[in-house]
Amino acid sequence: MSRGRLGGGLVAALLLLATPALASEPTALRAAELKDMVIQDCGSCHGMTMKGGLGLPLTRDRLAEIPAEALSAAILDGRPGTPMPPWRGMLNEAEADWIARYLKGETDVR
Amino acid sequence: MSARWTAILAAGLLAACSSAPRPTGDLGVIVERADGRLIVVESTTNTQLGRVSGLGDLSHASVVFSRDERFAYVFGRDGGLTKVDLLERRIAKRVVQSGNSIGGAISQDGRLVAVANYEPGGVKVFDADSLDLVADIPAVGADGERSKVVGLEDSTDNVFAFSLYDSGEIWVADLKDPKAPKLTKHTGIGKQPYDALISLDGRTYLAGLFGEDGIAMLDLWNPGQGVRRVLDHYGRGQEPLPVYKMPHLEGWAAVGNHAFLPAVGRHEVLVVDMDTWKEAGRIPVAGQPVFAMLRPDGRQLWVNFALPDNGKVQVFDVPTRKLLKTLEPGKAVLHMEFTPRGERVWMSARDSDKVVVYDTATLEKVAEMPATKPSGIFFTARAHRIGL
Ligand code: HEC
Repeated sequence: MSRGRLGGGLVAALLLLATPALASEPTALRAAELKDMVIQDCGSCHGMTMKGGLGLPLTRDRLAEIPAEALSAAILDGRPGTPMPPWRGMLNEAEADWIARYLKGETDVR
Repeated sequence: MSARWTAILAAGLLAACSSAPRPTGDLGVIVERADGRLIVVESTTNTQLGRVSGLGDLSHASVVFSRDERFAYVFGRDGGLTKVDLLERRIAKRVVQSGNSIGGAISQDGRLVAVANYEPGGVKVFDADSLDLVADIPAVGADGERSKVVGLEDSTDNVFAFSLYDSGEIWVADLKDPKAPKLTKHTGIGKQPYDALISLDGRTYLAGLFGEDGIAMLDLWNPGQGVRRVLDHYGRGQEPLPVYKMPHLEGWAAVGNHAFLPAVGRHEVLVVDMDTWKEAGRIPVAGQPVFAMLRPDGRQLWVNFALPDNGKVQVFDVPTRKLLKTLEPGKAVLHMEFTPRGERVWMSARDSDKVVVYDTATLEKVAEMPATKPSGIFFTARAHRIGL
């Protein structure tokens, strides 16, 4: 490993420690996993096509009015009193944010 | 695809074309949920016979069988109800009967297929032959709102029981005269019933509650006694863990006077004494249980799990309640189905894109087959059991 990359890694690690909220954008590989997770695992309550089930529909149309931050907060903290579980522990903030934007159709992967 | 599988598929095709009669007692289907497709399988030699596609959104799909074990009725998430001919491996009939549905059941006499709908909330009943609508039961709760319907189960005498998720009710629909369903409504049964099961004799209906620690029980032989709460406060006030996947209550797991139920948000399977309806113990398990199923003879309990433990399956010895083995059949094990007499079990490993078959005596894998994102596995022997 080159000195430069090691240095960069360290800086990134320190940044992560200092401000977990600024965890970096998921890599392409992770993004693909997240996409799969949305379809498969979120899909068990929201439907694989996000048209809803036990959970509310998460279609682009319906989510257009809801800010991404509100969605990622719902994802991380869940909705107490409903079956929507908190995904913190399974997802970090950047990942939840990526999913929120993905659901809204704002990421290019879809 | 391996040469072996090609050969087996080819053999299957040949068998389908030849004129020799094909029995159906060892047939079954595997749901390929993402592709809206079924694989028709045969469990005597662990063989895939062919595929049937065009079934819509099959996330959470479930299947019941006609009493002659020739047709599978597939309940899709998108409200599709599809009747599949297992012998000809084609769609015999298909209707899209609602916007969003969760499952269904077939009547004791095999003439009615009922579907539980989320949107619009209610139950629709179809003629099993023609799939013509015969009864429409909107689930308008005591609160005046339409509720999602869950846990639709068939009992004897063409009676169906189901639960209203939003308003917390259990309804019993007597369809002896399908054109004039007789409804009995039990209200205030508890918060958010999420799924239900019925005993093999069609007598005891149990609805799991999500919003409360406990289970709602209705004795269909004595409906006048109303709904009783059993296993109240089994969480003993402890905060449940986040539930990443709702447990399933499909399939009555009871032997002797003990029933086994997956706990919600806890790493436990609950044991209930069915004489007193009191807790008779708990079995600690490796994660949050999704299915807790008994081998047909009742001697082994098989449990699979929600995220993050969904790569494991645990097998317990029922008489001693001891763990026999923790298996790792593949990634994201969604469903398990025993062969009719229980010598083998088939399990779908969604994220490994395969179905694996284990011998239940040796607990070793005996076969494996490719499947695209497999979820439910259903064998035709279900046709002859109440409440499956
Ligand atoms: C066990 C069932 C279940 C699972 C699994 C689940 N959800 Fe939910 N979710 C719900 C329910 C129920 C609601 C509605 C809560 C309410 O009534 O406020 C909801 C609400 C939401 C909302 C808020 C929608 C709004 O309009 O405010 C978002 C966003 C969401 N879920 C995203 C996800 C994502 C992403 C996943 C997968 C990582 C997921 N959910 C997995 C049940 C589930």
